[in-house]
Amino acid sequence: MTDLSVQIGSLRLRNPLIAASGCFGYGVEYAEAVDLSTLGGVAVKGLFLKEREGHPPERIVETPSGMLNAIGLQGIGVHRFIREKLPELRRLRATVIVNICGSTLDEYVELARILSDAEGVAALELNISCPNIKEGGITFGCSLHGTFDVVSAVRKVTSLPVVPKLTPNVADVASFAKASEDAGADGVSLVNTFLAMAIDVDTRRPILSNIVGGLSGPAIRPIAVRMVYECRRAVKIPVIGMGGIASASDALEFIIAGATAVQVGTANFVDPFIWAKLLDGLNDYMRRHNLERISDLVGTIDTSARDKQWISS
Amino acid sequence: MLVDVEARVIRNTRLSSDYNVIALAAPDIAAATAPGQFVMVKSGRGRDPLLRRPFSVFEVLWSNGRVDGLSLLSKRVGVTTGMLFDSVEGDTVSCLGPLGQPFAVVDPPAEAWMVAGGVGLAPFATLGDALVARKTTTTLFYGARSGAELFYLDWFTARGIRLVLATEDGSIGDRGRITVPLERELRRAASAEVMVYACGPEPMLEAVARVAATFKRQSQVSVERVMGCGMGGCYSCVIPVRDAHAAQHAGSERTRPPHHYVRSCIAGPVFRGEDLVWD
Ligand SMILES: Cc1cc2nc3c(=O)[nH]c(=O)nc-3n(C[C@H](O)[C@H](O)[C@H](O)COP(=O)(O)O)c2cc1C
Repeated sequence: MTDLSVQIGSLRLRNPLIAASGCFGYGVEYAEAVDLSTLGGVAVKGLFLKEREGHPPERIVETPSGMLNAIGLQGIGVHRFIREKLPELRRLRATVIVNICGSTLDEYVELARILSDAEGVAALELNISCPNIKEGGITFGCSLHGTFDVVSAVRKVTSLPVVPKLTPNVADVASFAKASEDAGADGVSLVNTFLAMAIDVDTRRPILSNIVGGLSGPAIRPIAVRMVYECRRAVKIPVIGMGGIASASDALEFIIAGATAVQVGTANFVDPFIWAKLLDGLNDYMRRHNLERISDLVGTIDTSARDKQWISS
Repeated sequence: MLVDVEARVIRNTRLSSDYNVIALAAPDIAAATAPGQFVMVKSGRGRDPLLRRPFSVFEVLWSNGRVDGLSLLSKRVGVTTGMLFDSVEGDTVSCLGPLGQPFAVVDPPAEAWMVAGGVGLAPFATLGDALVARKTTTTLFYGARSGAELFYLDWFTARGIRLVLATEDGSIGDRGRITVPLERELRRAASAEVMVYACGPEPMLEAVARVAATFKRQSQVSVERVMGCGMGGCYSCVIPVRDAHAAQHAGSERTRPPHHYVRSCIAGPVFRGEDLVWD
């Protein structure tokens, strides 16, 4: 029997597969397709304190092997989430990771406080990396001081595992992982989407109402793998990797690069039944390679045959 | 129940140089589909296209007294519809469904008036069947660019569904928009209880919803927005819906009344005409 469980701070996940925030609604939408209790975790759609309207359509456009999105964090706000969604998620025995967003440091702290008191929250993912809104989040995520400050402020008010979600839209993502670790984070997750745009050449208009949006999907996977690898070398806390995972071997690539757990976003849109296939694929790999614990595989990339001198950027 | 199948193409019938009807062996989805629901379709195994595309279920297909598949009415506009147009018997198409909120089907003495624009005919075969099964008097108002783009007319007349046609070039029926005969007939049918159903381009849906409201008739419209997942996961296909208690206070015609975005994949694709705020 293979052991797929992994540890993020005080949180034990039954396997390393987590539904990525913004790609799985509030989780309950997918209960008909997936037994949520079989997932390592469910990261719910990014939540602010208050309800948010988000951007006008168009909000997505498909691009080669990927998609751009500028949803603008439409959401029901933390209070309605706790009232309307959390009881159902508890009933479905989901391991709930709440992705939180604020415009100010105080908002992150307030959200962390409120969610720490709610029953059925397993961890907090601090969204400091949404490329699509001006009002904050990303301003913390693009500054080492901002990242440090928001992580340490949240750390002080909660005993839940705290995992800041990092943006790839910086020169050196590993330094942000380090700042997070120094501030007391239990792990870091990456990557959020890459800032990008698409234009309709006939009308000369941007396709997205927000003009720019975030690129996700298989197109970004090699860059995301490289970033996870860099972060793994910079910190001791667990790294949660994502970006374009669409198969078990994609997930394994992240794990071998250094991810303790992985998240799957865009691929779930294409195939909401992907989760059982990913689990089968992981189990199959474990058997083929005579591995007992998937945690033993984390960061086992073998670079010995190559030039060990590896140059950043 | 939600099903995902690699459905075999039973046949592909080209209706014109860009319209086709593709029959898929997806009996479980077909049997569970209510009129107005849709499927998310992915053709090809690669990553172009990457995402699925939504299609209304056109027909539920029967053979030997059993449901054996469903068909989609498609107009070639992009990668997926191009692949559907080109596909041949024996190919497979990944088909996820049934999804979304169906039409509320009316009973006699109410009459049903279905209003279709172009490829917006798609949900009206299954709805027509359901209405006829309830003995509801049904009319199809059907508009297209030209007579050559009006399809399946015999299919509807064979079921006793009355046709009212309009074409932009005037080659068949009224010249101009389908709302021209719709408005004329609503004016005439002063006392009849009528439910108006509509599917087509959004400007048409808006016009139909307004005309219906003007003549104090309820409407149900099926919208099509750019969709990522079809399951409420991504929040891309949102449409503005009037806030529940704000309707009366809606200011002038020009300012948009208070509204909020809902996901058209799970709150729709069928909405009551009066609930939508047109942008
Ligand atoms: C439509 C959409 C909405 C997203 N919303 C959020 C969000 O609310 N919070 C967040 O942290 N990340 C959000 N993301 C980013 C994803 O969680 C993930 O980091 C990214 O898509 C890369 O993974 P993927 O290639 O598997 O999709 C969103 C992504 C997409 C495509």
